[in-house]
Amino acid sequence: MENLSALFHGFSVALTWYNGWMMLIGLVLGIVIGVLPGLGGPNGVAILLPLTFTMPPTSAIIMLSCIYWGSLFAGAITSILFNIPGETSAVATTFDGYPLAQQGKAGEALTASFTGSFIGAFVGVLLITFLAPLVSKFALKFGPPEFFAVFLLTFCSFVGTDNKAPFKTIISMMLGFGLAAIGMDTVSGELRMTFGLSGLLIGIDFLVVVIGLFGLGEILVTMEEGLAFEGKHAKINAKVVLETWKKLPKYWLTLIRSSAVGCWMGITPGGATAASFMGYGLAKRFSPNGDKFGTGELEGVIAPETAAHAAGTAALLPMLALGIPGSATAAVLLGGLMIWGLQPGPLLFIEQKDFVWGLIASMYLSNVAGLFLVLSTVPLFAAILRIPFSIIAPIIIVVCAIGAYAVHAAMLDVWFMVLFGIIGYMLKKLDYPLAPLVLAVVLGDKMEAAFRQSMIGPSGGLGIFWSNSLVGTITTLALLMLFWPVIALVWRKLKQSFV
Amino acid sequence: MDQEKVRNARSSGLSHSDVDAITAIVIFLIGVVMMMDNYRVGAGWAADGPQSGYFPFRIGAILCLAALVVFIKSLFGKTRDHTIFVPWERLRLVLMVLVPTIVYVLAIQFVGIYVASAVFIAAFMRVMDKRSWFKVTLISVGVSAALFWLFELQFSVPLPKGPLEALFGY
Repeated sequence: MENLSALFHGFSVALTWYNGWMMLIGLVLGIVIGVLPGLGGPNGVAILLPLTFTMPPTSAIIMLSCIYWGSLFAGAITSILFNIPGETSAVATTFDGYPLAQQGKAGEALTASFTGSFIGAFVGVLLITFLAPLVSKFALKFGPPEFFAVFLLTFCSFVGTDNKAPFKTIISMMLGFGLAAIGMDTVSGELRMTFGLSGLLIGIDFLVVVIGLFGLGEILVTMEEGLAFEGKHAKINAKVVLETWKKLPKYWLTLIRSSAVGCWMGITPGGATAASFMGYGLAKRFSPNGDKFGTGELEGVIAPETAAHAAGTAALLPMLALGIPGSATAAVLLGGLMIWGLQPGPLLFIEQKDFVWGLIASMYLSNVAGLFLVLSTVPLFAAILRIPFSIIAPIIIVVCAIGAYAVHAAMLDVWFMVLFGIIGYMLKKLDYPLAPLVLAVVLGDKMEAAFRQSMIGPSGGLGIFWSNSLVGTITTLALLMLFWPVIALVWRKLKQSFV
Repeated sequence: MDQEKVRNARSSGLSHSDVDAITAIVIFLIGVVMMMDNYRVGAGWAADGPQSGYFPFRIGAILCLAALVVFIKSLFGKTRDHTIFVPWERLRLVLMVLVPTIVYVLAIQFVGIYVASAVFIAAFMRVMDKRSWFKVTLISVGVSAALFWLFELQFSVPLPKGPLEALFGY
């Protein structure tokens, strides 16, 4: 009950004209960003973050989180109409979404995917409303060792859940930690890895890294693939929407399953992309029409979209409750909190009630608003993609340059942006995951601080991470996650040799 | 015919695995530099806990190890990718974006971001698509003006300005 009254208080915070206006701007910008190649959730939020420095933090986070929702919604537009995923989390949506569009059922596919997204997000927000306060209350007992252990768990589960190239995930992460360590050490004041460059004293801002990797890097990749956007046209009107909605209750099991998968993957940093593939895979496995997946099944659109949106939303839970983001975009938002002068972590729920509950209330509102906005404006946004790349590309590069410059009003940052663009292009082509890098850049300093504070404590040595049952459990779990691929392999071998 | 093409391609450029290996070497070197610089700062244990370089030094070490594994995998792994990393005509497209971008960033320092952006967008549209001068001017100047309105006038975020803006008193 305490939560509900807090939530209603949140609604009163979020429901001002100014915040409502910010919500709308955020959603529209988010959809544009999600539709355009080269601009995505993390990058879009990073570029616009400097604009919010002067805004009240609650309005700022409402606008930025709406950009995030908008971009998640929009990922489906390009996937279904153009067979080009605007976001990696929308890749699985192309499998059945584009065939549907080819059959002239684009309207149905879009309606189903938006509604699925909405339901997934709604479940995610419900989870945040009721679980986040509990988690944060629990986390108030955490000291530095516990926090370090949770950080460790976050990063280790990245490695553990990646069965493609765990070592590349490790490299990506370590590069991020390395970047975070550049500059003056906050504890001792010593200079680390500045190599005599005075511009590096304050370190490399994570925003610059994100804009380079996800912005310019993405443009270079898109350019190389030589995309020509030839999309299907979508007819979407009230009749199509209502008819599709009538079909949806049939897929209740898929909706629940995907929401659950999404929430789980969002809280653990599996991310929206992994969640969407898992949602799709599970639906294919368990649906009676599983064999028809890939040829234009409505269920094959609903499953990944619901999971992706649930994951995207749930990723904010650990960010709010623990100060540990569950996705790249959440990581950028977390960086924003620190810039606005808020200390992320469990205390947020006590010290910044307006902020936290205003944000949570805005999630309910903006997802409803977002659903109707995308349903009514799809053709408009699809038209954006028909603008030739020769016009879009330079404008995006200009916006990236401005975004990078605005962070510290420093030209050096723009050069770094270009450098990270090239690095992003290379890493992307070589299948290095970028999300762990971003997370590590944002969290690096905090993780190091937690480590050093634990070490200063009385007992000393690494034993502190097993000094009580709580921290011991988390640390052990983290190590289990880290070596999960090896453990699974050994287990399989053992099973084979005994059968 | 196709096979011949593949063979030709193989001989005329670096394959995916080759670039993978080279990148791993570069990352390994970054790890070495990290370890060296942090060893200089002090990577050990002082009376009051770990020294400044303690954490990054170990990060560098892990980086080196992981790079080594990727390097070995890229040379001797089972799933080596022999397709060419980026064919010349595609690389040309990438460079067509990258080189102008570098020139653009350079130009920002001299003429300010608004003028540079207008020229950059115009040049891009002209060279890549040969659009009409009218359209080119309209879009490039329009975008720059809109950005000026948004950043300078609305959000008052100062961006680098050059002689042209000075002429108008900004």
